[in-house]
Amino acid sequence: MRVLAAIKRVPITGGRIVLTEDSRAIDTRHLGFTMSPHEECGVEEAVRLIEANKGDSVVVTLGPPEAVEQLRDAMALGIDRALHLQTDGQEWDGEATASALLDAIRADEAANGQFDIIFFGNESADSGGFQVGIRVARGLERPCVTGLKKVTVDGLSVRCEQDVEGGRDVYIVPMPAVVTVKEGLNLPRYPSVPGKMRARNKQVAVTAPSRPAPRLELVSLAVPAGQGRRAESLGTGAAAAPAVVEVLRKAGVL
Amino acid sequence: MSVLVLMEPGDPSRQMLTLARKFGEPLQAVHMNAVEPFAPDALAAILQRGADELQASAVFAAGSERGNEVMARFAARSGLPFAANCVAVTPVQPVTVTRLRWGGSLLEDALLHSARPLITVAPHTVPIEAGPEPTDVDVKPFVAGLDERDLLVHVSDHVAPANGGVSLTTAKVIVSGGRGVGSKEGFAIIEELAGLLGAAVGCSRAVTSAGWRPHSDQVGQTGTKVAPEVYIACGISGATQHMAGLKGAKRIVAINSDPQAPLMLNADYTVAGDLKEIVPAISAEIRKRR
Repeated sequence: MRVLAAIKRVPITGGRIVLTEDSRAIDTRHLGFTMSPHEECGVEEAVRLIEANKGDSVVVTLGPPEAVEQLRDAMALGIDRALHLQTDGQEWDGEATASALLDAIRADEAANGQFDIIFFGNESADSGGFQVGIRVARGLERPCVTGLKKVTVDGLSVRCEQDVEGGRDVYIVPMPAVVTVKEGLNLPRYPSVPGKMRARNKQVAVTAPSRPAPRLELVSLAVPAGQGRRAESLGTGAAAAPAVVEVLRKAGVL
Repeated sequence: MSVLVLMEPGDPSRQMLTLARKFGEPLQAVHMNAVEPFAPDALAAILQRGADELQASAVFAAGSERGNEVMARFAARSGLPFAANCVAVTPVQPVTVTRLRWGGSLLEDALLHSARPLITVAPHTVPIEAGPEPTDVDVKPFVAGLDERDLLVHVSDHVAPANGGVSLTTAKVIVSGGRGVGSKEGFAIIEELAGLLGAAVGCSRAVTSAGWRPHSDQVGQTGTKVAPEVYIACGISGATQHMAGLKGAKRIVAINSDPQAPLMLNADYTVAGDLKEIVPAISAEIRKRR
């Protein structure tokens, strides 16, 4: 079995987002980075599939040179090798990202055979475009199911469960397939020390696609005005309990 | 020229019409239930044919899960850019949009370079306004003309929710715990208070990552977005990841030992101190009044 997981390097934003002076990016000088949470579950699922079925697992990202950290994180969890589509740090829109990933996937498949399943996050944590996995699936002419909380390989098909109001919808599609997943799909493992050591020696194939002019072109970012809340202190410690109950009573929920 | 809209039951589609009307008239509607059971590629194919035949100047949908999904599929098959979760649009070429990033923690102004802008509108960010109503597109010929491949991905079954507790999405009160709760067992006092209030139990991402609670309890950008009358946050610092799920909460009560925690600064009511004393005291006070 061959499995691919696509990830994106994003900052860990913490409590308050601060922008750069030109308001075109987040000021990340004091921030750590991670892969988007949904994608972490895609990586975990890819590792589990190869543990159960044997084969080849690959992780791919489009991002700056530093995104190799997130590729190594994925390999520390058990992914075999990485494809790094390196950028100069400029943002790529969803359409351009999908197009570059599609080229990289086609090249890897031409050399090594078709991926049975390709995992994407349902949407990236930062830009939230909701489209890269869907566009790649269309390019590959493969079925795509989105927003999944459970993925089960059953013979030559994939059973997919998607959270909807009042339960879950089930889709069954043949492989090869593209799935976009959400956090909650599984509980990703922590990387082990030997896993991290092994990741250092795993292969990262670097290419540098050229960035087309974006058709969804970022102009500027802004932090939205606060929600207008002005916290009223109800007191300190257990002595504040009657005041809390009073708030609940006034809200009509008690 | 007309504007094509993809309609679903509920307010988000009504809110979407407010922005769609800026692109002109008439509004013509395709409904999400045009193909049953739901088949997202089939909906996208219908939108594509509809947009071509009506020469639609723009296509809009609500930024719901399905709205975003179908519009992305439509964008992919027609080779057009797509702007998801917009809160404002200017219909002059090139179209400018303001859209949500980071689950709403950040706003992006962007240019959408496209002769046919494909836009979804973020739910609960735009008011419903009175105006011309869309007329329904006759989709029968489009449905009859669907390709087998467009029906390959479809809903084939439905399974009921796993737990029978109070649902986070519909709960009037949510008692939620964060890292400050300290352990899986620590949630006993959270559950006790939730039980007394008929509330749902929620938690932060730190809690699910630690394995203390299932992901179905997680409130936030990558968990559930909630809209209760009262949200009681116990020992939750209030990272942007968590706050993105709280935008619909009417009142937030924060209980935290750190008065400078972001959630304490963004709450309506705060109690400073040890949640392990405060939460049981609230439960005791409720019992006393009964």
